[in-house]
Amino acid sequence: MADVALSSPRAAPSRAANVWTYVRGHVWFVIAAVVVAAYVFAAAFAPFVAPFAPTEQDMMSFMAPPAWGPHLLGTDSFGQDLLSRTIYGARYALLIGLGAVLIGAGGGLVVGLAAGLIGGRVEWALMRLVDSLLALPSLIMAIAFISILGQGVDKVVLAVGVALIGPFSRTVRGDVLQVKAQPFVEAARLMGVGTLAIVWRHIIPNVIFPLAVQATIRVSYAILVSSGLSFIGIGVTPPTPDWGLMIAEGRSFVSFAPWIAGVPGAALAVLLIALSVVGDGVREQFDPKLKKEG
Amino acid sequence: MSMPSELFRLLDVEKAYDVGRKGGLFASGPRRRLAALDGVRLSLKAGESVAIVGESGSGKTTLLRVLLGLTSPSDGRALYREKDITLLQGEDRDRFCREVAMIYQDARGSLNPRMSILDLVAEPLDHHGLCKPSERRDRVAALLSRVGLPPEMMERYTSALSGGQVRRVAIARALASSPAVLVADEAVSGLDVSTQAQLLKLLRDLQREMGVSLLFITHDLGVAAYLCERIAVMYLGRIVETGLTKDVLSAPAHPYTRALLNAAPKFFEPIAEPLGGEIPSPIDLPPGCRFAGRCPEARDDCRASDPELVAGAPNREFACLHPLIGEPAFA
Amino acid sequence: MALALARPASAPPETPSSTPAPAPLLTVERLSLSRGEKLILDEVSFTLKRGATLGLVGESGAGKSTIALALIGLLQKPQVGLEGTMALDGSANLVDATEKDWLKLRGRRVSMIFQDASSALNPCFTVGSQLTSPLRRLLGMGAKEARGRAIDLLESVGLNDAASRLDAYPHQLSGGMQQRVMIAIALATNPELLLADEPTSALDVTIQAQIVRLILDETRKRGASCIFVLHDLALASQACDEIVVLYGGQVMEAGPSDVLLAEPLHPYTRGLKACVLELDTDELVPLPSGAPSFASKTPGCRFAPRCGNALPKCVDEKPPLETVRGRKLACWNPAA
Repeated sequence: MADVALSSPRAAPSRAANVWTYVRGHVWFVIAAVVVAAYVFAAAFAPFVAPFAPTEQDMMSFMAPPAWGPHLLGTDSFGQDLLSRTIYGARYALLIGLGAVLIGAGGGLVVGLAAGLIGGRVEWALMRLVDSLLALPSLIMAIAFISILGQGVDKVVLAVGVALIGPFSRTVRGDVLQVKAQPFVEAARLMGVGTLAIVWRHIIPNVIFPLAVQATIRVSYAILVSSGLSFIGIGVTPPTPDWGLMIAEGRSFVSFAPWIAGVPGAALAVLLIALSVVGDGVREQFDPKLKKEG
Repeated sequence: MSMPSELFRLLDVEKAYDVGRKGGLFASGPRRRLAALDGVRLSLKAGESVAIVGESGSGKTTLLRVLLGLTSPSDGRALYREKDITLLQGEDRDRFCREVAMIYQDARGSLNPRMSILDLVAEPLDHHGLCKPSERRDRVAALLSRVGLPPEMMERYTSALSGGQVRRVAIARALASSPAVLVADEAVSGLDVSTQAQLLKLLRDLQREMGVSLLFITHDLGVAAYLCERIAVMYLGRIVETGLTKDVLSAPAHPYTRALLNAAPKFFEPIAEPLGGEIPSPIDLPPGCRFAGRCPEARDDCRASDPELVAGAPNREFACLHPLIGEPAFA
Repeated sequence: MALALARPASAPPETPSSTPAPAPLLTVERLSLSRGEKLILDEVSFTLKRGATLGLVGESGAGKSTIALALIGLLQKPQVGLEGTMALDGSANLVDATEKDWLKLRGRRVSMIFQDASSALNPCFTVGSQLTSPLRRLLGMGAKEARGRAIDLLESVGLNDAASRLDAYPHQLSGGMQQRVMIAIALATNPELLLADEPTSALDVTIQAQIVRLILDETRKRGASCIFVLHDLALASQACDEIVVLYGGQVMEAGPSDVLLAEPLHPYTRGLKACVLELDTDELVPLPSGAPSFASKTPGCRFAPRCGNALPKCVDEKPPLETVRGRKLACWNPAA
């Protein structure tokens, strides 16, 4: 392509028009982002948004179906308001998801950088360790860690986070190897730039970005694993309003009170889908290889 | 013999790679060697412009890596200002890094996509401590305007630039440390003719105005003729002909040079009879001249003895037993 | 909808037509192609005689490859908007052709050679299986017959030791040999029209000359026509009978290559020619920078912003493609 004159002959369209074209071109991404934002908002301001406290029992209504009234989405077998519990549950889901991904991504960055940069025996040893982490599904890994660490929200974050280090280190190492071979690294070396400066200025910025994109995608996975832990009863302890736990509690009543498991289940499903769409959108936005022409 | 004005000097540089035994993993034959460079002599004086011309597989890229100190020759010596390039240390090494600037074929890949144009062009300045922080922006603006880019571009990233603009940024960055030599690897290939013409004009103006030496690796004889006073034609790891560009191109001595000339498209002339065959593998070369298999002039002695690069005419060297002009080379 | 696609009975493609003025093999009339808001091709017109070679030249973004892809049905409605006419001799308007129609044409009447043979050949299959599959599928040959024919084809494109090459995988061949295989595949079914999209730009200069010669010789032998997509004007002058100069999806100038390149009238053709380096070029006069706008609302000549001869009228009104001095020219203010 020939050089383009910097000053575009056409007048720049207004900001509002820009936003509107963006929204029109990325309908699903925008919807998903709004959904995720709503979850975050609900989680942050749960005491103001939720009509009841999460553990408050309404002795007048047990297993009430969703209906117009005080309990919009019904109550569970303890007479606790499902809407409120689900809203409070978003706190735990997002907290665990973000926390676990931060641990996983941080650990993965360290391991992946070490393996990709040092190479040789260190790389071999680290990657065999990662392989052994990857040999089991993250849920099984997390169960193993929980059995060592014990139950509780913080333990769940740690267990899921450590289970995620494996996949993160693999992607980081792959990116490091790829960036290391780029001509701009050789160019910096020719300029006489030292190894540490090359790592800091040229390699890490190019690795961090794909890592951040990976992380947004894996948040949903971390939430799913943590809910799985709670569901099988070894994650968060009752009466914490955790979705996995709520689904487990509602399981016995599914035939005649499906909403007890259904409400948190739907909340979980919608959040996971929205997070994946947002993750994909972020990746598409920042990965030039996936960008469509135009 | 050595003159102080010589920047680069290659003395019979050889670069060979072991490629394992014939027949693969369980073979027992002798180890085979791939000679990417085989006895290359070359010098570049201050202010001079030299084109290295050859097809893929001719050893241009290996030669470049030896010149830049990225790989050390397996035999012979590669010198910069009379010192071994791979052994440069301390002050000499800093000087080499400052004085030799590289322009890559893959200009976009040679620029970190996460750095702004300002930081990219300023990196050599920062690294070599060539300007005060307060002058940084002005220096970069001056460099950008020198290559025909507006200063507003400083805040941008390479992903927002066209192919021609990216090459200009790469040139501006190469100029930042006021180098003595610009080494360019196919710096104008793969571009539209109009962009290519702009860049060639820019490079020639820069070379003439700044007195910087130019080592230009290209496959295009037209580019070589436009930019460089001297030319070295490479084939299979060797220089087969060298001399002043205008002499070599007006009366080539080596049949390979003539074949390259004939193959270049020319307006309205019928397509010349192409050279047969392809460049052979540099592993297990047959004895004799390495071009003999494709050479329309080859005779029996060409397949038996290997000609050396010798002066066969004034200011001309070529490696051919039956050259098209001048005195033949000896084997 | 079934379109009439068959070869005309009067002019069998295997023998070059001997009648003095046969119908053109390919007619493209006011062909426009749009993607969303962008108008990629803007009323492109040209014709191609049987047995002739035509070069589409221009910078990247000129729409050269787009035309080739439209002509082989890889850009169809409704993914892109198509208007106007493109028709092979005896066929209906291919602008309306569906994938089903194209399956009857592609490989039979029209074939294509891509720029990068290494990625156009499937690395998982041998040269032989990629070469025999069109023979068996399109010509209904048996395995043995197809293999024999494949060997003949490889020999005709200059691959020695053809029988053993059939069992080679593409990565075992050099770039030049891969391109030869591509040519053999494209010519396997004796198409009437061969499209070659920058067939040599990934190759070394000496190999480039071999490949261009090969394409010209083989198409001539078969009486087929060939469209080259090129960016090298000098090569175009050597290889093509006719040249169409494109800029931003508009035809700037079109005509016999000797007339057009000896004395280009359009400022763009002149500018392009001035950018071509020859061995004796002393001063280059580069065209000013710029890239075409594809906005469908641009009313005038798309080259006007870069044109040294531009008049106010050029921006507002599109010049018609008219016959001037032996060629078609679209310019309000041609160079004298």
